[in-house]
Amino acid sequence: MAKFTAKPNELSKIDYTPPKTHWLETPVEIREHMFCHAAKPKDLETVGFPYGREWRPNDEDWKLPENWKTIIFEGMRSLLKKYRSFQVFMDICVRCGACADKCHFFLGSGDPKNMPVLRAELLRSVYRGNFTLAGKILKKLAGARKLTANVLKEWWYYFYQCTECRRCSVFCPYGIDQAEITMMGRELTNMLGLQIGWIAGPVANCYMKGNHLGLEPHTITSSMEFFLDDIETITGIKIEPTFNRKGAEILFVTPSGDLFANPGTYTAMGYLMLFHELGLDYTWSTYASEGGNFGFFTTNDMAKRLNSKIYAEAKRLGVKWILGGECGHMWRVVHQYMDTWNGPADFLEEPVSPITGTRFDNARATKMVHIAEFTADLIKNSKLKFDLSRNDHLNVTFHDSCNTSRGMGLLEEPRYVLKSVCNNFYEMPEDTIREKTFCCGSGAGLNASENMELRMRGGFPRANAAKYVHEKYGVNMCAAVCAIDRVALSTSFEYWVPGVAVCGLHELVGNALVMTGEKERTQDLRLEPLPGKEVAE
Amino acid sequence: MRLSDILSKNKSALLDMWFEVMLKAYPADTAVFMRDQKKQFANPVGYTMSSELEKILSGLIANAEINSFTPHLENIIKIRAVQGLTPSQALSFVFLLKDIIRGQIKGDMSVNEHELKEIESRIDSLALTAFDLFMNCREKIYELKANEARNMTFRLLQKAKLVCEVED
Amino acid sequence: MGSIVSLIAVIVLILIAYTGVKAANLHFLFGVVIPYAAVTVFLTGFIYRILKWASVPVPFRIPTTCGQQKSLPWIKQNKIENPSSPFWVVVRMALEVLVFRSLFRNLKTQLTDGSRLVYGEAKWLWLAGLAFHWSLLIVLIRHSRFIFDPVPSFLHILEQFDGFLQIGVPVLFVTGVVLLVSVTYLLIRRFFIPIVRYISLPADYFPLFLIIAIAITGIEMRYFTKTHIVGVKELVMGLLTFNPKTPEGIGWIFYVHIFLVSALFIYFPFSKLMHMGGVFMSPTRNMVNNSRVKRHVNPWNYPVDVHTYEDYENDFREKMKSAGIPVEKE
Repeated sequence: MAKFTAKPNELSKIDYTPPKTHWLETPVEIREHMFCHAAKPKDLETVGFPYGREWRPNDEDWKLPENWKTIIFEGMRSLLKKYRSFQVFMDICVRCGACADKCHFFLGSGDPKNMPVLRAELLRSVYRGNFTLAGKILKKLAGARKLTANVLKEWWYYFYQCTECRRCSVFCPYGIDQAEITMMGRELTNMLGLQIGWIAGPVANCYMKGNHLGLEPHTITSSMEFFLDDIETITGIKIEPTFNRKGAEILFVTPSGDLFANPGTYTAMGYLMLFHELGLDYTWSTYASEGGNFGFFTTNDMAKRLNSKIYAEAKRLGVKWILGGECGHMWRVVHQYMDTWNGPADFLEEPVSPITGTRFDNARATKMVHIAEFTADLIKNSKLKFDLSRNDHLNVTFHDSCNTSRGMGLLEEPRYVLKSVCNNFYEMPEDTIREKTFCCGSGAGLNASENMELRMRGGFPRANAAKYVHEKYGVNMCAAVCAIDRVALSTSFEYWVPGVAVCGLHELVGNALVMTGEKERTQDLRLEPLPGKEVAE
Repeated sequence: MRLSDILSKNKSALLDMWFEVMLKAYPADTAVFMRDQKKQFANPVGYTMSSELEKILSGLIANAEINSFTPHLENIIKIRAVQGLTPSQALSFVFLLKDIIRGQIKGDMSVNEHELKEIESRIDSLALTAFDLFMNCREKIYELKANEARNMTFRLLQKAKLVCEVED
Repeated sequence: MGSIVSLIAVIVLILIAYTGVKAANLHFLFGVVIPYAAVTVFLTGFIYRILKWASVPVPFRIPTTCGQQKSLPWIKQNKIENPSSPFWVVVRMALEVLVFRSLFRNLKTQLTDGSRLVYGEAKWLWLAGLAFHWSLLIVLIRHSRFIFDPVPSFLHILEQFDGFLQIGVPVLFVTGVVLLVSVTYLLIRRFFIPIVRYISLPADYFPLFLIIAIAITGIEMRYFTKTHIVGVKELVMGLLTFNPKTPEGIGWIFYVHIFLVSALFIYFPFSKLMHMGGVFMSPTRNMVNNSRVKRHVNPWNYPVDVHTYEDYENDFREKMKSAGIPVEKE
């Protein structure tokens, strides 16, 4: 599309309505600001992904390998034999339309191919044409079509317009999960080197250096100094965390974004303060310095390769169990995949809170506990002292992250913690929280900058609900237990609802936590004055 | 009858027509969803557009200060600015209100030409405001990209001494 | 477009049966051969599809959790929406299969809205879907009076309930009417709701038209032409005892009816109608959310290349040492 084209028609006669054709016959239009740039060849080569090359999504020629169709068909055949979910979801959709209006991208764009059912049909149509008897005989009548370069482009375009949030799956009478289909679609595109840079870069970094940003060990420790200094400024307490320490009781793993990205760093400050106050015997790791897993947005094997570091490091350091920070897709992976991929974790012990003695039975095989579970237990057992007034300048709401709500069920723990550390808590409307939560619009590796328009569209349903509580209750802070949320919602709200900031759960914990030996606090973790403590001009 | 009375009386019809104009940016099959699903959270785009158009139209008819209803215009423009529309596509809806109003009062001899001119001139002012708002939104998007890039590596930039707080 | 093709297909099927019986006198073909073939195709096809699904492994435990997990003992778990034991999975599945709980979710948000009824369709989809499937099941059970001799007492009771309105002779069965009304609604929504029309394929219209035609011919025989029931029962019993015969006096409309049913049976295993079996096999619904409690084994799990700690330390040993991070090898 040309940037701006004036149409010299009489105003009232201009009709923007796109031509009406059946979706099977409507070729994809790859539009600027909706897609992410292609992966750099070197990032793909680093992890051994095939067909790294220079190409651009809006080029006519994607420089596909000669035998690309064979690769796709072989790939589909293999995936159909490996995943019952894929095989069943290809077969049983009745196109009832219950999922159609549940996708944040559809709601924000009105593009019919963003309806989960249709996004799945893009792949199903090729499946029917090549893997089912009815499709082979009845062709188009059975909704089958041939695989062409245009179809492949359409797959790519729309599978990188799905954030794998699973909201559609909640409403589907058969539980058909578009996330599962997108994952298969991305496996297929990855076989042809059609990966996006925003995912491939972090994957290569994480593989070689242990985290998405590609930070080397000494950079991790020295960067943390900055917020250790900030903590000292705020509380007068100097915290000295340890790294790669053998013999610690607990290994702590969190998304690396929390160490460098605002507002995630404030959450990391909260972790540090909490652990210090508890006197927890724990260590950070520079090797397993990434809780997140962008490999999960490429292929199953890649996700497993990145994830392997967590157990390997826990074993090497000889810890008893693992504590996980606030992250969305990290927890989908930890909860539903990690043990299966890289377990059994028989070298670890069943997690027991050293402070309360609570045994985390719900994590007895995987041996990894979510920090919201850990902190909720501390609060329930009255092990922490809070000064809630330090959060009184905030009217807080809570955004359920897609993965922790629909791929785990972590709903009440963070709410319990929030209500224990702040006085002003307001829920967003019921249709937009808990299992029905709306995605931030930037998950599954789509939080790049070149697709900002797509992200803003996809973020609108969530922001719209935040706007509602902003206007109704004066909500000015949205807590989220996900590192991508913290970055992406900040951006989305800056556009849609200026006046609502985003924080992690443990930032608010850190604010309210009364620490032994602390000085009288005048600032919150963002170094902003606390209510009533503003310096008189 | 005064023009404002005629328009108030026909407000819901005018509003329907104006909303239809907005929907032309969407494929026919989904436009109906945008129009018919009236719930605020199940259809945020359609709801925002229809409820804000209503407020703008009321403001125009009541001869209210244009600044008083630009926030409503802004809520619409924010959506239009990220829908892949050209500026002319995104903003034509403001001008088309003139056509809609003229269509509504066609043949009504009692309409005072002066009043009509006045409201049309107000619509023109609204259009100019809309241009400003649209440009602000587009600029904001670029600003978002820059801010986000800065935030995502804030501590690293701090480490590299590329950002620092102003010392008191 | 897709709907017209499907409608024509059903009309052609009717004409085939009509001419076959009326003009060509192929009673045996339509009354015996085709029904046998249809049942054979249905059973083998259905079993084949189920076995095919069952033969594909479920590598990961991926339930879609729609409620609070089981974690700390003092936090109330939503046992149905986030089951942590097989028993509650059965409950979840039962609610899914028997009352379409997930579709109902649309309705729930509807009711909490409080104000006016703004989005009726979601509710009607749930209601019509439920009415359709249940009445179809009851109609099917009622038909078993043709295969039992004597007719068992539970069928009499069922028929009494079904005919509670006590209208007409023979008494009107409510389920027949409900079936026809609900299936018609399911068809009409595909015409009139734009986004549903947009996603609909011929494969969505065809079974609806087919079922409507089956219901109409069935109702026609019961209430209007009053088919020769004794003859029909004789035919069906003959089929069942592998002693097939085609008694005289059965009208052509019966042959159309049984031919359409045969077509449905043959079509079934090749189509989306297999959701009947598939709903039980959906991993996002039929799995226990206990992946951190009990290790789930992936049968095709294989070793992958990893970047080991040793590799990592080799890359960064000096930098680690200077930053005071402990290393394995000095």
